[in-house]
Amino acid sequence: MIPQNRKSKSTTATRKSNGEEYVLRLYVTGATSRSRRAILNINAICGEHLEGKYNLEIVDILQNPALAREAQIVAAPTLIKLLPLPLRRIIGDLSDTERVLAGLDLKSEPRV
Amino acid sequence: MSAHRLKLFPKNGIRKCLTGIDGLDQISEGGLPEGRATLVCGPAGCGKTVLAMEFLVRGATEFNEPGVFIAFEETGEELSQNAASMGIDLPGLCARKKLAVDHVRVDRSEIAECGDYDLAGLFVRLEAAIKAIGAKRVVLDTVSSLFSGLANVNILRAELRRLFSWLKSKGITAVITAEKGEGKLTREGIEEYVADCVILLDHRVENQTSIRLLRVIKYRGSMHGTNEYPFLIGSSGLSVLPLSSLRLDHKAPTQRIPTGVPRLDTMLGGKGFYRGSSILVSGGAGTGKSSLAAHFVKAACQRGERALYMSSERSTDEVMRNMRSIGIDLEPFVKRGLLHLCALRPGTFSLETHLLTVHNLMKTFNPKVMVVDPITNFVSLGTHAEVGSMVTRLIDMIKSRQITGMFTSFTSADSLPDFSEVGVSSQMDTWLLLRNLECNGERNRGLYVLKSRGMAHSNQIRTFVLTDTGIRLLDVYVGPSGLLTGSARMTQEAQEHAEATEREQRLKHKGSELKQKRQQLEARIASMRSEYELEEKSLLTDVHEMEMRGKQIALGRVEMSRARKADRIRGNGRGPA
Ligand SMILES: Nc1ncnc2c1ncn2[C@@H]1O[C@H](COP(=O)(O)OP(=O)(O)O)[C@@H](O)[C@H]1O
Ligand SMILES: [Mg+2]
Repeated sequence: MIPQNRKSKSTTATRKSNGEEYVLRLYVTGATSRSRRAILNINAICGEHLEGKYNLEIVDILQNPALAREAQIVAAPTLIKLLPLPLRRIIGDLSDTERVLAGLDLKSEPRV
Repeated sequence: MSAHRLKLFPKNGIRKCLTGIDGLDQISEGGLPEGRATLVCGPAGCGKTVLAMEFLVRGATEFNEPGVFIAFEETGEELSQNAASMGIDLPGLCARKKLAVDHVRVDRSEIAECGDYDLAGLFVRLEAAIKAIGAKRVVLDTVSSLFSGLANVNILRAELRRLFSWLKSKGITAVITAEKGEGKLTREGIEEYVADCVILLDHRVENQTSIRLLRVIKYRGSMHGTNEYPFLIGSSGLSVLPLSSLRLDHKAPTQRIPTGVPRLDTMLGGKGFYRGSSILVSGGAGTGKSSLAAHFVKAACQRGERALYMSSERSTDEVMRNMRSIGIDLEPFVKRGLLHLCALRPGTFSLETHLLTVHNLMKTFNPKVMVVDPITNFVSLGTHAEVGSMVTRLIDMIKSRQITGMFTSFTSADSLPDFSEVGVSSQMDTWLLLRNLECNGERNRGLYVLKSRGMAHSNQIRTFVLTDTGIRLLDVYVGPSGLLTGSARMTQEAQEHAEATEREQRLKHKGSELKQKRQQLEARIASMRSEYELEEKSLLTDVHEMEMRGKQIALGRVEMSRARKADRIRGNGRGPA
């Protein structure tokens, strides 16, 4: 559903991998503060927990609405974990690391 | 059609956007508020999606206004299939850029929420679709799915509010659908912020027949009908049947058309029926009602006019066969598309549904004359008042379309007509009576014009025979003694009876008119009250929000001044003296 090798100027890839077990995509809207927060948060989380085994791509849906449609994006920011399966979506500014990790199936749901 | 439509525009007030949906434009007095959002709510299966779809399709095809359908529930293929069942080629319309469909999937099982978000994805997709086809109309079907897919109700509410004002700023006429809630219009209280127009759909079972109902709950700045209007979903989409008889401005007919029996024309002032008039033909079994109707229909077809013949008693084959036996072959007319024969089965549907069927046939077939044979078969389907009102609406429909309608009525054998049977004779323009006459051991049939508005008609009873070449009217009926006394007395009696019933009917009519007015008034009061309550709620919400914002600003100021102070102190400490 989501083209794996589509590249456009509105997407930027952060490659820090050799294994690339985790394929993530973050859909944001331009450079709003919420978008920036989400990007900072996911970079930090990936750096700490997925070092060397992830591929994160950031998509600006304002510049490329068609990608929003293809990926069934409703909310922004939306983080999609394409791999490993199952596919997961996390919406929000990703400010709660525990929740993000749970959403990525890296940790069980945080107890509140 | 277009003249008919133009009349629907309001004399003052807001601009309206015609939906093209049969009947809806009439009860909303010209359509939905242009450039605003209309909320359509109701339980599952009530027809929200169908209404929304038809609003877009008709907009695109009839008013050259492209539309975007945001489907939260059905996929594009499912929508196309449903549309195809109503004769709509959705993929074709999309290919021609008349429509754009975007299925927005919100699947709670797949989504986790973490922190602050907005619905920019939805906005971006909607905007792209609007731009791509230059859309003037938008449908969101149904926003309730957003609430079942996403958890943060506060964000959803704020975002929907933003979405609606964004659509408004773009001048888009929108239809938003939502599920009916327990004890309120929508589960999520969306009616509080889509405040311009609210339509409620319902699906009920009454007397074991199912009925769909539509009601305009609120329409800011406009008059609208406040009743519950029955509607149908069929192969030509949705049709709402306005209650009658609100329009009394039918043109008085002047043109005359032959009855199909030349000597009957002579009895009716020499020229036959008025076009657009209603004719009741009553008589006992076998008196020749259907035969007379067949003559009427045949004459119309021979003039090249389309005729609609609805039999509530016999199959269409039987009708054809019976008519052939008196030398009337209807088949060629059916083949040429001039005659549409159809069998209505009174038992299977409600009065409303029958009326809608007739209404739809009138619209699609566009006949000049029509026959319901016999109309009395519908009597068992409702109370006298209901049947009376059905006939009123039927007559209203034919008059507004200038259709000449003949309705037969079955009366028990040889008594005077049972005038209460339909309670409709007073509404008919012309009333023909068929009777079996017994004299000198001979059985004859007699025809008598009991009344015929607006013409000098014969007061004589004429005998007639049914031959294998049709009805033949003979001379004036002569009583057993060779004098006219017998028939004269009968005539007198019938006439007196007719006048008495007509008076009674008129009295009843006045009574029910009063009652109806009262009901309308009450409905209007109720609607105004609910409108006021909605407005009050939305105002209160606004006030609350403003207060909150006020508090936040105040808080912000305190923080800021604290921060400034700190800076100054630090600055003083470090700065050069
Ligand atoms: N072509 C058709 N002919 C007759 N009825 C139809 C047709 N298409 C849909 N319907 C009826 O319309 C109803 C579905 O309405 P829908 O708009 O999907 O409801 P909602 O969106 O309110 O849940 C069903 O009862 C279905 O039987
Ligand atoms: Mg639906």
